[in-house]
Amino acid sequence: MEWRDQGILLAVRRHGETSAIIEVFTPSHGVHAGVVRGGTSRKIAPILQPGAQLDVAWRARLDEHIGAFTVEPVRSRAAVVMGDRLALAGLNAVAGLLTFCLAEREAHPALYRRTEALLDLLDAMDLWPLAYLRWELALLEEMGFGLDLSACAVTGARVGLAYVSPRSGRAVTEAAAGIWADRLLPLPSVLLGQGDGDDAEVLTGLGTTGYFLEHRVAPELGHHPLPAARARFVELFARLRGS
Amino acid sequence: MSSTQSIEALIDLMARLPGLGPRSARRAVLHLIRKRALLLTPLADVMTEVAQTARECLNCGNVGTADTCDICNDARRANGELCVVEDVADLWAMERSGVFKGRYHVLGGTLSALDSIGPEDLSIPRLVDRVSSEAISEVILALNATVDGQTTAHYIADQLEGRVTVSSLAQGVPIGGELDYLDDGTITAALRARKRV
Repeated sequence: MEWRDQGILLAVRRHGETSAIIEVFTPSHGVHAGVVRGGTSRKIAPILQPGAQLDVAWRARLDEHIGAFTVEPVRSRAAVVMGDRLALAGLNAVAGLLTFCLAEREAHPALYRRTEALLDLLDAMDLWPLAYLRWELALLEEMGFGLDLSACAVTGARVGLAYVSPRSGRAVTEAAAGIWADRLLPLPSVLLGQGDGDDAEVLTGLGTTGYFLEHRVAPELGHHPLPAARARFVELFARLRGS
Repeated sequence: MSSTQSIEALIDLMARLPGLGPRSARRAVLHLIRKRALLLTPLADVMTEVAQTARECLNCGNVGTADTCDICNDARRANGELCVVEDVADLWAMERSGVFKGRYHVLGGTLSALDSIGPEDLSIPRLVDRVSSEAISEVILALNATVDGQTTAHYIADQLEGRVTVSSLAQGVPIGGELDYLDDGTITAALRARKRV
């Protein structure tokens, strides 16, 4: 068995004294693990940092084997983010959520393209949180829990949408919410693709997407807690930019 | 019972050491047996002693044979500088350079989302206590230039914000390094940290 693809490095684990087991997100093969021989060497270890864009070739005798990767660097993103704590936290959140949510060897080409574009934006941190919020919406969609924000679930109205139902993931207008408003999740206009997407709205939006990740996606995957990296990114974003 | 059973057991144990495999362990054990008086007996004595006395320093996490290590006991090293390292091996690497004259704090790892290692799994609360209780003027973060290492560095810097000066090791071209052989990440970091000559 053999294939070659480009991918985003999500995780690295030391394997024995000289090798590493990596997880790469590729467009055609999804999240795929494999051994990199000599992966802890001085030559290869700097390449194997989460977020790196790699050209990978995977080879194994049988498809169900973990197999071995040979890797070529395409571009490193670690150096861009190392000096910026919010960018670093963002990179960790993306890698953590992808590892947490996606089943191994299941292709998600659309999500891959969005992820690559998102990571390429890491040196533009004024725009990045908004792009990250939209990426989380795409991740929810890919996991089968996409939010339907096109019309009110109660009245069918397309204007005045102000809430999201935590049960159905559908939008609800202010008027239809009535006395149940405090049980609904806020729907900032940034989630509707409106407004200038200021940081406070992005933060509110992350609260809403976070709810569905935690209460819909995570239980579906076996009630694991969400990766701490996401909570750290949101907390840091709130602290640095929330006001 | 085989007459070579204990020797085989020794080979098996030696083969588990870093850098050794079954063949090299066999060679090492054969060498030890041939140099029984010169190597094997003293080695066995020292290993017994270390096994009985080795422990982590209660203050910094370094390895020694007493509750507090020699560095923590040395009053001359209480110069207000505290170097934070990931592992005892990193502490030893810093000591080899002979440049740093302050004290250390060993974290015992780095934050890792993948391995679910959080701040409470490392000695970060102890570090914060030390900064408050000892007369620390500067904390130097000597953590690996990896995503996990720098995530940990930023987390610690956040925890110590406003209490003490926090600095970190520079990143860039290593001594003897040739640009042509450097990865683009290192070159980017070096260019960003350029200095006037």
